[in-house]
Order: sequence, then structure tokens, then C-alpha cells
Amino acid sequence: MSTPAAPDLFRSERIRRRRAVSRSVELLATAAALLAVAVLVIVVASVAKRGAGALNVDFFTKTPDFAALPGQPTGAANAIVGTGVIVGLAILMALPVGILTAIYLNELAPRRLANVLTLALDVLNGIPAIVIGIFVFVLFVNGHGQAAWKASFALAVLMLPLVARATQEVLALVPNSYREASLALGAAKWRTTFSVVLPQTVGGIVTGATLATARIAGETAPLLFTSSLAGNAVSHDPSQPLSSLPLFIFLSAEQADPKLHEQAWAAALVLIGFVLVASLIARAFTARSRQRLTGER
Amino acid sequence: MAVASKPATGPAAFQRRGRFRPGDTVLYVLTLAAALSGVVLLVLIARELLMEASPAIHKFGSGFLTTEAWDKLDPHHPAQKIYGARSFIFGTAVTSFGALLLATPIAIAIALFLTELAPRGVRGAVGVLVDMLAAIPSVVLGLWGILVLGPFIVNTLAPALHGTLGWLPIFSTKPSVGSNVFAAILILTIMIVPIISSVCRELFLGVPQELKDGALALGATRWEVARGVTFPYARAGIAAAVILGLGRAVGEAIAVTQVIGNAVAIHWSLFDAGDTLASRIAGQYIGADTRIKVASLVYLALILLVFSLIANLLAQIIVRRVASRHRAA
Repeated sequence: MSTPAAPDLFRSERIRRRRAVSRSVELLATAAALLAVAVLVIVVASVAKRGAGALNVDFFTKTPDFAALPGQPTGAANAIVGTGVIVGLAILMALPVGILTAIYLNELAPRRLANVLTLALDVLNGIPAIVIGIFVFVLFVNGHGQAAWKASFALAVLMLPLVARATQEVLALVPNSYREASLALGAAKWRTTFSVVLPQTVGGIVTGATLATARIAGETAPLLFTSSLAGNAVSHDPSQPLSSLPLFIFLSAEQADPKLHEQAWAAALVLIGFVLVASLIARAFTARSRQRLTGER
Repeated sequence: MAVASKPATGPAAFQRRGRFRPGDTVLYVLTLAAALSGVVLLVLIARELLMEASPAIHKFGSGFLTTEAWDKLDPHHPAQKIYGARSFIFGTAVTSFGALLLATPIAIAIALFLTELAPRGVRGAVGVLVDMLAAIPSVVLGLWGILVLGPFIVNTLAPALHGTLGWLPIFSTKPSVGSNVFAAILILTIMIVPIISSVCRELFLGVPQELKDGALALGATRWEVARGVTFPYARAGIAAAVILGLGRAVGEAIAVTQVIGNAVAIHWSLFDAGDTLASRIAGQYIGADTRIKVASLVYLALILLVFSLIANLLAQIIVRRVASRHRAA
């Protein structure tokens, strides 16, 4: 048989061009991913490099002394304690409300209502932090003065949708057969929810809460109008404005003094360390608990 | 249908059993109250901002949006000050769209890399690292922006761009200090790339494998599969992701106020100082002393609120529509 030589598909000009285009797009996509990783490395490395110098025991135990001479000890103990108090209170406010919200939405609410309320949470989640800050300023601070608990409230508003949505996600993973089994044994709905459903989700809720905490611990905007006029002394009193790490960084960075910049870098290192470690741990746990829950199905 | 297996819910379910269970009532009331808190907060935020901004709304009206002056003496009433949002709206638009323009292709490319190209091991690691980028607190990014990125722009990036592309209005001036609109765009880009790319990654993972296999079997290259199958399939979702990124860029106050220079001015060159709505609010936390100034600041917050409500509702509606379409499929 004498068929005319088939055109060699793999050598044709057109194929070569299409492959070249595809190859170059693949290269660009890889480059984009590398770029993002590189930016992360550059930012973290420059924070680590510049912050490590000022990061010593004094940084955790001494309070800021802006008149300190070089070599004299100065630190950010008040900001560290203040951040602990503010964030801790915010967790106490947001966690119960967030979990109860998720229980209602997943276990009790009619489908329609649940959809609307979930949408409200998502919209709340999208409101800029600075707007929440202004809201709390208008609600509590204007005319009454700043206080750490007001800052906590602002952070709690940011945290609420994060906790609620994370809890909803793990609640949805609990198999319905568990609920049915418990109800069939005659357990009340509340008993079923608290003794059967919730224990399955503890891991997921803890990781969700940890991720949310990592998110809000670094927020500065809600603190500006609620807890920025703080003294330099270490204090635990939530009825007074307290210093905080994000504001310490923000205010020090605005000054021209290189020594303050060094302190700001050190504070940034502490903050970034906490945030990155917390989210990494939470992520590792999420992967595990999800595997467990979905694996059991 | 999965509906049948869901136990009956709501108060009716308790009553049907004919036994009064106080624990259930407590649970119901308590959780309902908590669940309403989101809506209550939304309403309260809108109400409080409207009320507090009302002096400025009454005084300046919608002219607030088009007035460029901020905290300037009124030429007509020498004892009074006037406030306007025009230069901040301009700054917000320029920085947000600039950041979106840079971030969207990068984010989509990263998502493509993570779903289609990367080997399994690399995929997880790079995915986590990109997510970590989103976890960096904005104040830390801003600090880095002032002290590292700013000098780099002044000494390296700006001379290069001004030298080669100086005929473009956006690169027409040379920056004297590191605080400028360009720095804000770059910082915002860093912040929103991980947001857009993580949504896109989920979307691309949701594209049915058989569609992609079909295209590959027809001889399509990887890029042709992405362009012809993945992108069209995920189009609506990508739009929602971009809107979410836009909302984030518009609302970011701290990192922007640290690097943008805080100038009440409208310049086309990105190397000049400017300001955004969110950044202006953040910059005025001290010295908001007169009632009209506080009201004007809250007015700015109100503009941000309205924008974020619209953007988020739009994005969420798109996301929900896409999700329900996928469930149906």
C-alpha cells in the first residue's frame, strides 16, 4: 500500500508552537509560586536578622525607656503583657458566642435561616478591621475613654465569624448516624449535642480558634482607637488602655530613632514567631483531625 | 437525597415527642441568641456609624465625596474647617486596582502551579508557605515596607522604572522618600496574592478530572487545558476571589498608612505620596478632637463600610451560586 507520508504530528510547526506556549506558561506559573515563597522568606529573614539583635531577656522583662542610652536595657514587657490580656479577653468573648452560633446554624436552624445567618457572618468577616475599630470607638470609647476590654471587644468582633465558620465546618463532618443513634436511645437534643456531637469536634474547634487567634493577635487597626493611649508600666488592668505588640511596632516604626526601629523589629519577630508557629501547628492538627473525622465515615 | 437523613429540627421536633425538655429549650434559646449576634453586630455597626457621621453628612452632604480638602479652613466661613474624601477615594482606587492588577495574574498562576504542575510533596509545602504569607501581620509588613522596601524603591526600582518608562504618567516623577503610592501597591499585592490564590486553588481542585482528561485526550497542552477547561469552569469563582481580594485591599489601613506617605493630594505618578480612606482613618487616631472632625472620620469609615458590604455580598452570592451549581452537578 502506498499511502502518502502522514504529516509528522509531533514535528509540525504548529505543535511545536503550542508546546512552547504551554511550556512557557508552566515556567511562569512556577516562577510566580517561587516569587511568593521568596517574598515570605525575604520578609521573615529581614525581620529575624534585624530583630534578633534586640531580642534578649531585657526585651521580655523591661519596659520601654525611650531615653535609654545605647547598651542600657530597654524592652517591651508592657506590650507583651498587654497583648496577652487583650487577646485573651477577646478569645473569652468570641469563643463561646462563636461555638454556640455554629451549633445553632448546623444542628438546630431551619435551612433558610441558617443560610441567611451564615451570609451575615461572611459579610461581617469582610468588614475592614479599621471600620470595626471606628465602630467600637463610637460605641464605647468616644466620650468614655479607652480601655483594653474595648480593644478586646473589637478583636472579638473580628474573631467571631472566624470561630463560628471553623466550628460549622467541623460540625458538618460529624456523621449524622451519631446524632440519630443518640436520639434513638432517647437522649435529648442538648444531651446529644454536648455529649455526642461536640466531643467529636473539639480538635477542630481548637485548631479553628488557634488560627483565629493568630489572625487577630497581629491586628493593629482595631487597637488604635481603643487602647493606644497607654502608659509604659506593665499592667493587667483591662479597664485601662494597655500597650500591645502591634501598636508598639506601629508607633516605634514611625519614629526616626534607629534604636526604636531595632525594638520594633524585635517586637515584630516575637509577633511573627507567635503567629507563624500558631498557624503552622493549627494547620498540622487540622489535617489530622479532618483525616480522622472523614476516615471514620 | 440527603435531606431525609437529617433529624427534624426546631422547637416542633421537641414538642412532637410530647415531653417537655428544659435543656433543649435552653440550648435553643442560647444558641439562637448567639447566632443572631452576627446580624445584630452588622445592624449596630451601620447604625452607630450613620449616627456618629450625621453631623458631617448634614454639613457636607454628598459633596464630601468630591471635596479634595481635608482639615482645611473653609474660605467662605473662616472659622470653620472643611473635610472631603476625594483624594482618599482616588488613592484607594489607585492602590487597590494597582494591587489587583499585579496580584490577580500572580495568584492565578500560583494556584495553577499548585494544582496542575507541582509534584505532590512540593504542592503541600509551597501551599503552606503561600498561606503563611497571608498570616504575616499587616503591621509587620508595613514595618518591612518602611525600612526595607521603601529604600529599595527609592534606590533601585524607581530609578529603573522612571528611566525606562518615565514617559508614562504613572512613573513620571522620581521619589525622594520611600513613602509613596507605589510602595503601598506592592505591600497590598503581597497581602492579597495569598487570599486570591487560596480561593483559586480550591476552585481549580473542584474542576472535574474527566473534563481535563477529555481535553488532554484530544491533544490539548496543559496550558490549553487551563485556558479551555479550568478557567471557564472556575470563572465565576475567580471573579469572587478577585472581589474578596479587592475588599481586603480597600480595607487595609495599617500597612498602607505606614508606607503611603499620608498626603492629601491627587497625583498620577505612583512615586508621589498619597493616602487612602482606611489609611487616613488610621492616621488620625490622635487629634480627632472636634465633633465635626470625628464625624468626618466616621463618614470615611461609612464609605468603607458601604463598599465592603457591597463587595462581600456580591462575592458571597457568587460563591454560593457556584457551590450550589456544583452540588447539583
